[in-house]
Amino acid sequence: MRAALTIAAKDLAQRVRDRSAIMLGIVAPLGLAFIFGLIIPDMSGDSFDVNVGVVDQDRGAISAAFIDEVLPAVAAEGLLDSQPYDTPAEARADVDAGNLTSAYIFPEGFSSSLESGGSATVEIIGNVDASISTQIAKAVLDSYLAEVDAVGIAVGTAMIAGETDVNTIAAAAMESPAAIALQDVNAENLELDMTTFFGAGMAVFFLFFTVQFGVSSLLEERLLGTLPRLLGAPIKRWSIVAGKAITSLALGLISMVVLAIGTTLLIGAEWGNPLGVLILMVSAVLSALGIMALVAVVAKTPEQAANYQAIVAVALGMLGGTFFPLSQGPRFLAALSKLTPHAWFLEGLGDLSAGQDLSVVIVPSLAMLAFFVVTLAIASMWRREVLAP
Amino acid sequence: MKDDKSAGEHVVLAPSEAERCSLNVLECSGLVKAFDDLVAVDDVGFHIAEGETYGLLGPNGAGKTTTISMISGILEADAGKVTVTGKEITTRTTDGNAEIGYVPQDIAIYPDLTARENLRFFGKLYGIPKDRLGRRIDEVLEVIGLSDRGDDRTEEYSGGMKRRLNIGIGLLHEPSLLILDEPTVGVDPQSRNSILESVELLGQAGTAVLYTTHYMEEAERLCDRLAIIDAGKIRAEGTRRELVELVGQLDTISLGVVGSARRLVDALQLVPEIEQITAAEGSVEILVSGASGLLPRILDAAQKADVGISGVEVVEPNLESVFLHLTGKALRD
Repeated sequence: MRAALTIAAKDLAQRVRDRSAIMLGIVAPLGLAFIFGLIIPDMSGDSFDVNVGVVDQDRGAISAAFIDEVLPAVAAEGLLDSQPYDTPAEARADVDAGNLTSAYIFPEGFSSSLESGGSATVEIIGNVDASISTQIAKAVLDSYLAEVDAVGIAVGTAMIAGETDVNTIAAAAMESPAAIALQDVNAENLELDMTTFFGAGMAVFFLFFTVQFGVSSLLEERLLGTLPRLLGAPIKRWSIVAGKAITSLALGLISMVVLAIGTTLLIGAEWGNPLGVLILMVSAVLSALGIMALVAVVAKTPEQAANYQAIVAVALGMLGGTFFPLSQGPRFLAALSKLTPHAWFLEGLGDLSAGQDLSVVIVPSLAMLAFFVVTLAIASMWRREVLAP
Repeated sequence: MKDDKSAGEHVVLAPSEAERCSLNVLECSGLVKAFDDLVAVDDVGFHIAEGETYGLLGPNGAGKTTTISMISGILEADAGKVTVTGKEITTRTTDGNAEIGYVPQDIAIYPDLTARENLRFFGKLYGIPKDRLGRRIDEVLEVIGLSDRGDDRTEEYSGGMKRRLNIGIGLLHEPSLLILDEPTVGVDPQSRNSILESVELLGQAGTAVLYTTHYMEEAERLCDRLAIIDAGKIRAEGTRRELVELVGQLDTISLGVVGSARRLVDALQLVPEIEQITAAEGSVEILVSGASGLLPRILDAAQKADVGISGVEVVEPNLESVFLHLTGKALRD
């Protein structure tokens, strides 16, 4: 281990000296997060201002349950404020004026249509400058309507079974709907505030460039002719690889921690529970290490490795939703993003920043560790002679 | 001591008494290494005693670097055994590696580190204690003539300075066996001479040196014993003299004569070791085996014959001709 640490210390000294790691690991992501903060309106506040208007032309049981039970419960959590409007025109005018981020319009006959097994539509009017807030308002409604569907199925089933008191059945089935709706919002649909999102997104995006300095340095050692010298030294061969891995881990972790602190202090990002964030960071760094190591063993020269790694880092970063919230893209993209560590990292961080307990980082961390294990195993099989002189 | 010779045969000459008495720092035998269908090294073996400089002389691609890569524990041998100071060397062992100082053919230093940082890094890898390392670095910088540039980044160095640092790293941990793989390739004459002098001093200080080269002059100057290697096989091994004798070539002594050359020829007829004498106006050319041993007697004969000698030139057969004889091709082909 002494030899591995000696090699890592030398590599880190070289990386600090040529400044490339500092540029890619800290300056570039911090700068980009700051720039995104300036150009994207939703980033101006510490949190989303979700202020919705509600026009209830229906005045039926289902719209009333949403307005009287779900919205107050969500408001009590501090996630959304609502206020009633008499007409769609009034609500639309306030949305256009920026007084509301969005508005729900429940049309006449909405509840009766659903109760009779038909379909109905709720209109949501959104402010173009508050797209994320509108997404949240939509997510709250989606969760509630999904619950209504479940109630409908429950009622139908009960009637087939002979129960005739529809209101009793529905009331029982809708017991605590707000709690269910809130849980759904937090677990799946609520994302990081935009400041934190771009801070974390840029951190995990550039992480893949930062860790490559360690894994690719084996190729540099070969190019410099120093690899045979290391192989001839009285040290175990694994310590050479371990030294490079420690370099990658150290660079990755330092970069992530500095960015977390930097974005918190400079642009007000809220990363969440430090221990949970650290667990997610370590997992992300390991996943990046595995993926970049796999790319590096395919390459023959440091230049080739850098090119391949850049392509992979950008592709995974885009797919993983580091430049835009996945909720704003098509649904298949969100599913596809799970093939990247970036999406798992951001998901874990989103859950954590929403105030949930540490257990929410377990699944994202395990998913990222799976990337590490699988890619490292493939890399080992791909080129067993990675230490050939 | 003499053996008959023919291309393709490995001729081993009997070790001298001194060789038998001194400790063998390196012993290797039966080394084989193939890369796919190409057998790069085929049954190579030799030993090097303490304080001895041993040369592997052969053209590019002869298998020199592959051989020393196996001896250094860098490359796994397909067959054969290597021990250094009695410790076995493989790619999995580490104990014996500390006894070896390896200087690769290509300059193997970190350009963005200073000479002192390069030395410190490798010194730590070789386990030099912290309290000794700083002093040892200063000593090595002194030896390689870089004391005043030790804190400069090596990317600012000339090629010769880099070469010297390359060697210095190999010397840092005071190895029992120093392996130098073509250390003077691409080096200016001044640095080259400095390197050769350093190697001579190391041999005198008791370090065993394995020196690979395709420069005949370096091999002749430095090496106590040599192996001629070609196409992965050792073709012959012994001292320079033994190798030359192996191919049966004679030394030529050219004498500048003041007076009667004829009288000198007559006088030299009394020296039975002389194989052939050719006289010309003002000069006599003599073919002998072992010119250095006979020269005093030849000069004594000239004095007794009252013939003045204005100049002496001795031309010995060189390793180039030995190599040509053994392999059928020139050393630098």
